[in-house]
Amino acid sequence: MRDATFKPSLGRLAVHATLWGAVALYLIPLLVMLLTSFKSPEDIRNSNLLALPEVFTLIGWVKAWGAVGDFFWNSVKITVPGVLISTFIGALNGYVLSMWRFRGSQLFFGALLFGCFLPFQVILLPMSFTLGKLGLANTTTGLVMVHCIYGLAFTTLFFRNYFVAIPDALVKAARLDGAGFFTIFTRILLPMSTPIVMVCLIWQFTQIWNDFLFGVVFASGDAQPITVALNNLVNISTGVKEYNVDMAAAMIAALPTLIVYVLAGKYFVRGLTAGAVKG
Amino acid sequence: MATLELRNLHKSYGSGLADTLKSIDLAIESGEFLILVGPSGCGKSTLMNCVAGLEDISGGAILVDGRDISGMSPKDRDIAMVFQSYALYPTMTVRENIAFGLKIRKLPQAAIDEEVARVAKLLQIEHLLQRKPSQLSGGQQQRVAMGRALARRPKIYLFDEPLSNLDAKLRVEMRTEIKLMHQRLKTTTVYVTHDQIEAMTLGDKVAVMKDGIVQQFGTPQQIYNDPANLFVASFIGSPPMNFVPLRVQRQGGQLVGLLDSGQDRFELPLDLAAEVGEGRELILGVRPEQIGIADDGAPGAAELRAEVEVLEPTGPDTLAFVTLNGAKVCCRLAPDAAPAPGATLRLRLDPARVLLFDAQSGERLRKAPGGAGEAKVTPLARHKH
Repeated sequence: MRDATFKPSLGRLAVHATLWGAVALYLIPLLVMLLTSFKSPEDIRNSNLLALPEVFTLIGWVKAWGAVGDFFWNSVKITVPGVLISTFIGALNGYVLSMWRFRGSQLFFGALLFGCFLPFQVILLPMSFTLGKLGLANTTTGLVMVHCIYGLAFTTLFFRNYFVAIPDALVKAARLDGAGFFTIFTRILLPMSTPIVMVCLIWQFTQIWNDFLFGVVFASGDAQPITVALNNLVNISTGVKEYNVDMAAAMIAALPTLIVYVLAGKYFVRGLTAGAVKG
Repeated sequence: MATLELRNLHKSYGSGLADTLKSIDLAIESGEFLILVGPSGCGKSTLMNCVAGLEDISGGAILVDGRDISGMSPKDRDIAMVFQSYALYPTMTVRENIAFGLKIRKLPQAAIDEEVARVAKLLQIEHLLQRKPSQLSGGQQQRVAMGRALARRPKIYLFDEPLSNLDAKLRVEMRTEIKLMHQRLKTTTVYVTHDQIEAMTLGDKVAVMKDGIVQQFGTPQQIYNDPANLFVASFIGSPPMNFVPLRVQRQGGQLVGLLDSGQDRFELPLDLAAEVGEGRELILGVRPEQIGIADDGAPGAAELRAEVEVLEPTGPDTLAFVTLNGAKVCCRLAPDAAPAPGATLRLRLDPARVLLFDAQSGERLRKAPGGAGEAKVTPLARHKH
């Protein structure tokens, strides 16, 4: 007997065709970028976008790394501390707002949530003023601070909503066992929080790494992140356009977020749905 | 081991709100088992949290061994608690769960190992020590939660409805085990429950609570036999006490209440203090086991014929339901003595153990001191319908 689930039908065919169409829509630009980055400039001028390179060459990647490599490390220096600090403080905030409610804590949380809806542009002027006063203008440290502050609203929201689903009795039991504020946080709650930590790390990494606006406004010259450097590279208006270099540089800029998604993606889905189902 | 005393304890969640706990006064001796029992929302769990230090009190004092601990943080009170949800740390093994409190208190590793082994043996959970809480059944989690409390050898144990998440059979088993454990360890214990059977079986002392007030505080027998008011009388006992509405009448210089079963009527002499006047609405309380079947020819018994409407055999007893003054009355009979439904039953009330309550306030009306009719009640009149 044939398994019913393998029976081909018009409806099933339509579903598959649609899905493959969507896949193509998303992947073809990536394919074009990859193919172009390995072509020589002559090859690019003479051939079709989707054609395989006639001569496979890494010259585009080498040149690209020469142009944006330093700024890649700038981005790492901004992103890694930015992600870690904002996640840690967000976790601490969420812990206090869910387990140690104080008078006005709901109002405080509401005000903090407001930060999630603030457009980047609104804080540009006051923030550049603040950074200038602090002597942090045009530094990676300044950018780390900006991203931490801006990311806190999101990380606090994530952790608060995750911790709210954890029964109070756990904290009560730990208090009776003699554990203090930080012991409960580090020994009881953080070990239970892997999914939401992953969500925060991915979210913040993507936000900070891909940020362009803060980077272009608050850091210039040697301190600028890779997104700004990429823009500068692509927008050079003198000489012949080197598309292979542009594409390779764009790939270099996009690679870290891709890797983070591949490595931690399963936690992302799990973390976002955590709390939706009890147990 | 320690004595526990609550003095004029108040708890309020805000000036505009009614007090959650109103002037609680309780005291138990070292090694006693105190039950806080009452319906949900009566304040019993709040009271326990106050003793544990998880909630601040608004007034009064909590004394352990005569020392006021109400200002201390929970970790300094030397009190352990078993939670309704067990509250086991999900990322730790059973061993780590039990050892956690000892580690925090910086005991040497050898002492911790020894203590975990002792507790595990006591609760028969030695084979579970390496498991995570999620790999345990409800009953096993319950044991681990108790183990965590036992490990620190605290002055006082608090149990917050520890059995309510277990199935009926396991609940009875664990109840016996908790009682056995208490008999062996003799640690002062406060136990919160809404289950009156747990209250009766486990407690040395029982405090029945309602609306943040202790309605009655005493031994289980006092609470059962001598309830202070209608609420306590109705809350304790299964099947519950029967309540029959009654109006005070004057019959030849004596106060009586008329009982009407539909087949029979008789006037029950009421021995009440002088201030209870004619026309007052009362409630007569009588427990199902206090209604017997009248023996043939028993002289002077308060007898009443009534029609059996429903029979509920429970195994050891059969419950027969009749109607008195319009109220359903349950009689607990021996199975072989139970008549068929629809048959007429000759009931006998033990007049000495019948309780009277004021219908309006629900307060117990005590019998007049040295009242003459207390020992024996004879029907003054009997009417055939």
